[in-house]
Order: sequence, then C-alpha cells, then structure tokens
Amino acid sequence: MTEPVLQTRGLVKSFGALRASDGITLDLRPGEIHAVIGPNGAGKSTLIKQLSGNIAPDEGTVHFLGRDVTALSTMARARMGLARTFQVSALAMEDTVLQNAVLGALGAMSSPYRFFRPALKRAELRGRATAALERMGLAGHAATVVSELSHGQRRQLEVAVALTLQPRAFLMDEPMAGLGGEGSKQLTGILDRLRAEAPILLIEHDMDAVFALADRISVLVYGRIIATGTVEEIRRSPEVRDAYLGDAS
Amino acid sequence: MSREGLLNAAVLLALGLVPLAAHVMGEPFTITLATRAAILALAAVGLNIALGIGGLVSLGHATFFGIGGYAMGILASHVQDYEPLFEWPFLFEGSTSMPLIWLLAVLASALAALLIGLLALRTSGVYFIMITLAFGQMFYFFSISWSRYGGEDGLSIYVRNGFPGLNTLDPIQFFGLCYAVLCLVLLGARLLARSPFGLALGAARQSPDRVQAVGLDPKRLQLVGFVVSGAITGLAGALFADLNRFVSPTMFSWQTSGEIMVFIILGGVGRLFGPVVGAGVFVMLEHWLGDMSEFWHIWLGLLLLAVVLFARGGLVGLLAGRGRAHD
Repeated sequence: MTEPVLQTRGLVKSFGALRASDGITLDLRPGEIHAVIGPNGAGKSTLIKQLSGNIAPDEGTVHFLGRDVTALSTMARARMGLARTFQVSALAMEDTVLQNAVLGALGAMSSPYRFFRPALKRAELRGRATAALERMGLAGHAATVVSELSHGQRRQLEVAVALTLQPRAFLMDEPMAGLGGEGSKQLTGILDRLRAEAPILLIEHDMDAVFALADRISVLVYGRIIATGTVEEIRRSPEVRDAYLGDAS
Repeated sequence: MSREGLLNAAVLLALGLVPLAAHVMGEPFTITLATRAAILALAAVGLNIALGIGGLVSLGHATFFGIGGYAMGILASHVQDYEPLFEWPFLFEGSTSMPLIWLLAVLASALAALLIGLLALRTSGVYFIMITLAFGQMFYFFSISWSRYGGEDGLSIYVRNGFPGLNTLDPIQFFGLCYAVLCLVLLGARLLARSPFGLALGAARQSPDRVQAVGLDPKRLQLVGFVVSGAITGLAGALFADLNRFVSPTMFSWQTSGEIMVFIILGGVGRLFGPVVGAGVFVMLEHWLGDMSEFWHIWLGLLLLAVVLFARGGLVGLLAGRGRAHD
C-alpha cells in the first residue's frame, strides 16, 4: 500500500455540547477521489476546515505529505500544496479571471512583495495562470471581470485557481453546488481527469457526481464516520441506507 | 488612451498650468492655493492605498500627516533656535534641508503606521476605524501638551526649508517641487496598484479567504499597505508644514483625517486620480465659497451627499465611467 497523502487520526472538535467531529480517522491516497458524504449538519464543513487549517481540532492530528500539520496555518498548508475550493465561491469579484488566476500563481511562488513591474506582465506568473485557465476552459474569458461570470464559470475558476498552486492534494467543498445538470456533468468530467494529478478529497451533495467519481466514499453522520468503502460497498451497506441513503434512494 | 487616462492627463496638466499662468500674471496667492491642493492630494494618494486598494477605512491618517509636519517643525526649530537636537552620540543640530526632513518624516510616519497597524489590524470593520481614530486623538492631545514644541500654539518656522538648487521661498519654485513629488508618487501608486503586491492587497480586501487559500497572509499584506500608505501621508505632512511655515496640533485632529478621506470619496475611491480631483475641488470650494460665507462646509456636505448617492465612483467615476483599469 502506498503512503496516504492526507490523513487524519481521531479528530475531535466540539462546539459547546455539540461534537461536530467525533473521532474522525480517514485518509486520502495518491490518485484517488475520496468522497465524504453525509446529511446536513453531519460535520462535513467542520471536517474540511480542520483539514485546511481554518479551525484547530480539540484532539487528534492531521498529516499531510507525511508531516504533522495540525499546528500549521491555512497559509502554510497551502504553500505545502494543499489546494482548497470553497462551497461559496471566494474570488476577487472586481478583478478579472486572469487576475484571480495570477493571484494563485503569486501565492504558489510566494512572491507578493514586489511593488513595481505589473503582475500581468510577469511571464512566470502569467504563464502559470494561463495554463490553469486553459485547462478549465476559461482562457477565452481571461479579461472578463469575475462578477460578470456565470455561476458555473465561477465554479470552474475556483478549480483553476486551485490548479495554479500545482497542488499535491485538493480539498473540494461542494464544487457542484448550484450547478445545473449540464454544468455538473462538465465539472464531473474535469475532476475525473484531475485525480491523476493530485488526489481529491471531495465533499459533495450531488450523489450522481459522487457515485460517478469516487474511488472510495466515507459516510459522515453526527460527526462520526459510520462507513468507508467503494461505491458498491456503500450502496449496499444497510447501516448507510438507514442513516443516510434510506430516504434518498 | 482610455477615458480615465485622458481625464487624468487633463487634471495633471491643469494643476501644472494654472500656477504657471498665475506666475506670469503675478498672482502668487493662486500659486499657493495650487500648492495646497497638490500637497493635500499627496496626503490623500497615501490614504487611497490603504482605503482604495486595501479597503482599510483609516480615520487616523492625520496621525501620519501630523508626524510629518512635526518632523519638519522639530528639525527646523532647533536650527532656528541654535539649540542642537541632541549632542550624543554625535552632534545633530536639526536640519533645514528638505531631503533630510522628508526622509525622517517618511521613516517616522512609517514606523508609527507599523505600530498602529500591528494593533489595529487585529480588528476589522468599525473597530479598525475606532482604533485608528483613537491613535489620532492620542497624538493630537500629546502635541497639545508638548510645550517644548509650542503646545497648543504650534510652532512657527520663519524661513522655508531649503532644497538644493532651488529658492523655495519663491512660490512657483516651491510649487514645482511639490508638483514633482506628487507626480512621482502618483507614478509609484500606479505601479503599485498593478504590481503583484497591489493585486494581492486588492484580493485581500475582496476575499481574504481566497488569499489565505493560496498561501498568502492577508493581514501582513494589509500591514505593508498601511505602512506605505502612512509613509506617503507623512511626506505630505512635511510639505504642508513647509507651505505654511507653521505646524500645530490641528494637523493631528480628526477633522484632518476626515478631510483626507473626503478628498478620496469626492474624487473616487481606489481611482488613481481620485485624491487629486477631490483635493482640487475641495481647495477651490474652500477658496470661492469660503469668501462668501464661513459656513461653506454646508455646500461641501451637499456635494459629498450627491456624490455618495449618485456617483459612487466619485467625480472620476462620473466623468470616466465605472470600473477600474484591468490592464
């Protein structure tokens, strides 16, 4: 077995009396898409925030690339190659598509403290940004201001910015949120190809997408992982049907 | 050239030509007004980096304006009184040389911005406004009580400080100097807005989560932006004190902070020439309406109200269209 890229051991996080994470242990292996599903309020967002470093767990550890990153900030984890996309698009809305992608390249190269030559005239930044936009089919919109993009294009730009980091792992928080059938299908195709580059921890509500993409699925209910397995195993698990899929399928 | 580019060129040209014409016609007072406009514009160009790009609503930029002013006042007064500023570790008699005064004014205001920024940037929104305001008031009352340098009465400097090769007491020469400084800083601000730093600082205003997610620290970007911003406003303070040959606690007052912000809102937040247009309009109104009534601020208030309600991009936005340059 290969070494996991991202791994948690016994993550616990409480908010008052609520245990949003109750001993979560899971891993993300090279080349896979590992989907985390669960009903609303199961603690999916809390989990992803502990992985990205936005909140600190009360107990347990997060390892990334074999290193204990539990105490590291979001910024430090991003610099190590942990790229996150947001459930609600977090983009610079007044800036252009290209500027947003260049921001990612800036972060990846840790070079924001340069005050003179324009960012968009720097070949190294622009090249990296343009390559990511091309892969997401956004190259034709490079000069468009983000606030004028469609919702689906913004979701694609989220992924493009993550790509500029040349990440070692992706954390994707409901990338399909708000996409119609067509947009969802298109993004599914893109993510499918992306896994070869870096594994994806995918939090998603869209079950069609999850079943089409995931190599493994973990089911999170009330802060606990009640099952982890292949798509078939999860579909067949009676426990999962009771807890979650029961009313959906 | 875009419409905004043309407008900017026209504004810069007008600001340069009016004093020249006044010089030819022998109207030194007009030159002084233009100098005042250029210096106030410079102060607002500084704030516009924090406010326009970084989204940091600082109601305490008078702190830096005042520090620049007192840097000039303190350095020059010691020379004026033949009383060395300090004798250890080396003899320093103060200075009446503008380049040195500017350097110290910039360093002192940058240091103050660093310390204030470190504290104020732990908060955001209305708390940030209040902390910057509080620091401004602390400096204001400190300067009132600092009797060594005039206290409430301020400090008069009888001879304008010197600049190599210029007769700074000649209004048109002093104007030319201030104008040149303004042009250089505008050029710098234009480069900064498009530089990697400007891009990242603007993104930190719009989406701090995104900036963190690509591995950059939004607070640190804002701190650096705040320091650059304060340093420029500090330089403007030194020039302002030299224009009046007088510094007083008024430079530290919160009304001064408010006026610097009004220039930007009037001219256009985040627009390169917003501060220049705003300061220019302010000085013209102050002169013409101020002649008619001492309550001229009423008209300024109405104009500001109109701009805020009907022209959110300020006067620059009104004349050159919405949106910023994206090249």
